[in-house]
Amino acid sequence: MVNIEKAPEGIEGPGFMATNLDQVIGLARKNSLWPLPFATSCCGIEFMATMASTYDFSRFGSERPSFSPRQADLLMVMGTIAKKMAPVLRQVYEQMAEPKWVIAVGACASSGGIFDTYSVLQGIDEVIPVDVYVPGCPPRPEQIIDGFLRIQDLAANEPLTRRSSEEYKRLLAKYDMK
Amino acid sequence: MESTITNEVFLQKLTDKFGDAIISSVDDYGMLTVTADSSKNIEILNYLYDEPSLQVQFMTDLTGVHYPEQELAFCVVYHLHSLVNNYRVRFKFFIGGEIPTIASATSVYATANWMERETYDFFGIIFEGHPDLRRILNVDEMVAFPLRKEFPLEDPNRIDKKDYYFGR
Amino acid sequence: MSHIELANSEVKETTTLNLGPTHPATHGVFQNVLEVDGERIMSAEPTIGYIHRAFEKLAEHRPFYQITPITDRLNYCSSPINNLGWHMTVEKLLKLQTPKRVDYMRIVVMELARISDHLICNSILGVDTGAFTGFLYVFQQREKIYDIFEEICGARLTTNIGRIGGFERNWNENVFKKLDQFMIEFPKVWKEFEGLFNRSRIFMDRTIGTGPISAERALNYGFTGPNLRAAGVDYDVRVHTPYSSYEEFEFDIPVGQHGDTYDRFMVINGEVWESLKIIEQAIDKIKKEPADIYHAEASHVYLPKKKEVYTSMEALIYHFKIIMGEINAPAGEIYHAVEGGNGELGFYLISDGGRTPYRLHFRRPSFIYYQAYPEMIKGGLISDAIVTMSSLNVIAGELDA
Repeated sequence: MVNIEKAPEGIEGPGFMATNLDQVIGLARKNSLWPLPFATSCCGIEFMATMASTYDFSRFGSERPSFSPRQADLLMVMGTIAKKMAPVLRQVYEQMAEPKWVIAVGACASSGGIFDTYSVLQGIDEVIPVDVYVPGCPPRPEQIIDGFLRIQDLAANEPLTRRSSEEYKRLLAKYDMK
Repeated sequence: MESTITNEVFLQKLTDKFGDAIISSVDDYGMLTVTADSSKNIEILNYLYDEPSLQVQFMTDLTGVHYPEQELAFCVVYHLHSLVNNYRVRFKFFIGGEIPTIASATSVYATANWMERETYDFFGIIFEGHPDLRRILNVDEMVAFPLRKEFPLEDPNRIDKKDYYFGR
Repeated sequence: MSHIELANSEVKETTTLNLGPTHPATHGVFQNVLEVDGERIMSAEPTIGYIHRAFEKLAEHRPFYQITPITDRLNYCSSPINNLGWHMTVEKLLKLQTPKRVDYMRIVVMELARISDHLICNSILGVDTGAFTGFLYVFQQREKIYDIFEEICGARLTTNIGRIGGFERNWNENVFKKLDQFMIEFPKVWKEFEGLFNRSRIFMDRTIGTGPISAERALNYGFTGPNLRAAGVDYDVRVHTPYSSYEEFEFDIPVGQHGDTYDRFMVINGEVWESLKIIEQAIDKIKKEPADIYHAEASHVYLPKKKEVYTSMEALIYHFKIIMGEINAPAGEIYHAVEGGNGELGFYLISDGGRTPYRLHFRRPSFIYYQAYPEMIKGGLISDAIVTMSSLNVIAGELDA
């Protein structure tokens, strides 16, 4: 018997199952997140190792890394973001369609890392809202996968109305985004 | 592989040709460092390129240094290499003033183009004759020159670093 | 105007195409604004600095040991070479001689790092031409190299390997077991990888004649490493100014003819075989040296053994001073070059006798190749530009520093 995924709780009967729409949509979303690998530096090489055969990232549903933001669900920022790159990152984030998640992989993306200098952005959460931070310099592939599993948890449990709620709008307003 | 030129022979050829323009030279750690008059830098590069017994035709590196206590506060350093003779040499040209200026080496070596832009970006040294002297690594709107000694390392606009925790 | 008149008119309109800084395929963040006429590139305007992390400024504020993690992040595909190159620069300044066994151990690590850099370069070139299999197959072997690095120093990618004067700990028998296993398995894998690409009609058609550069232009641009060797000049820092006992090893230098992408690919292929030869010779030489030497006797820069720190006064003081970075280096200027994964990586260090360098400048090969890139792609097609970019092995961390 092959166990693919646990079905959500609900009322079953012959030929039907009644459950929460949130849970079904969450289940579908979490297993088909298409990432946008925004790899700038060394963490990008660890991501390449994660995507390759030994650690195989596509097991978790991200078979198709998209390089166009309009077709991606998850923005994976891997590597140092310099102040020159910050507007580009913001543009890429704004082009993504809701629902979208952001994972900051590595110490440089989370907080500037070892580069406490005049030209490095001290953490990407100065320009875009971040959902999961993966620390490490660079994080091992297992850690990157763990961060991705946390995003899957967020995607599975998110209520359908979150993206139009007041709280989310206030979060975006903090970053001057609509 | 051994080199076919020795430091003494090289220095002799230089002083024979340029005389007083060669200010001083140092030879420890094996590589000859020649300090020369900054107005003659292109002449020296061309001479080294064309002289058949030297054939120094490869520019390894071009960078700058800031010595704020000295009168001629900026130094442009060229690392040159003769592949044929397996000989490396370093030239230092000191320049000073409000806006330090020196002639551009792009007429001799194509590689000097971006290296001079980087030196301008970091120190504010103007290279006369450079086809396109503008910032290369830092943001275009920056006005200060970050590798000068008075420029701080860390971002001055950071508000979340508490000095108390960093021993300041 | 009628259609025929329009088609024959002299006025051509070019399109401006922006390539980057967010690239598909993980090459790094650099931008190129291309003027294209249809598919043919008329001119290119590169912009870099999107990952400028101010290494040189940072190095002026860090003691010598704390600069090693910074050098890691230069060419991060082959970080041990950067680390050991920096250690050799400081040893040159201190006039410190390392024992032979340390030199051979360093050579093994550097050649493994070179193999891992070349694996990325060639497999990503394969991915850019559409051949994904080579990438997946070869990355399994990179994991084996990472295993060996982990056994030696504890880290996979940004290794911070070695110390000034040697290594932090001796190599246990696991390292040698893994090395032997690697030397048996990897040549077979590499032969298969070569079999996929070397005589493949599609690959050859895509890469022969794309992005050529002549030897004269390459020398004028300051090319070194595989890109210069593909143009026909056999300049290799390991042979011309040998460091770390490279003069005792026998290896060839593969050289190309036309300086195009196919030549660069084949030169890098050949270099992997040469690196394997060097590693084999080095392992034999290590076994002939006394097995307990792994660092030079330099108590003022190399951490003393913990037993001595607890019992002897000088060892305690040295331990404290080294950890706090209070050791002063002698004043002097050093330029030391190593053969990095993509070319001559140079360290220009000016020390004024303090605990941090006065000025540290990295001579970065990627910076030099990217400068020549617009000239190499002019007149070619956009798809050729992509293939040329991956064959040049431009690493963003090294480009911007």
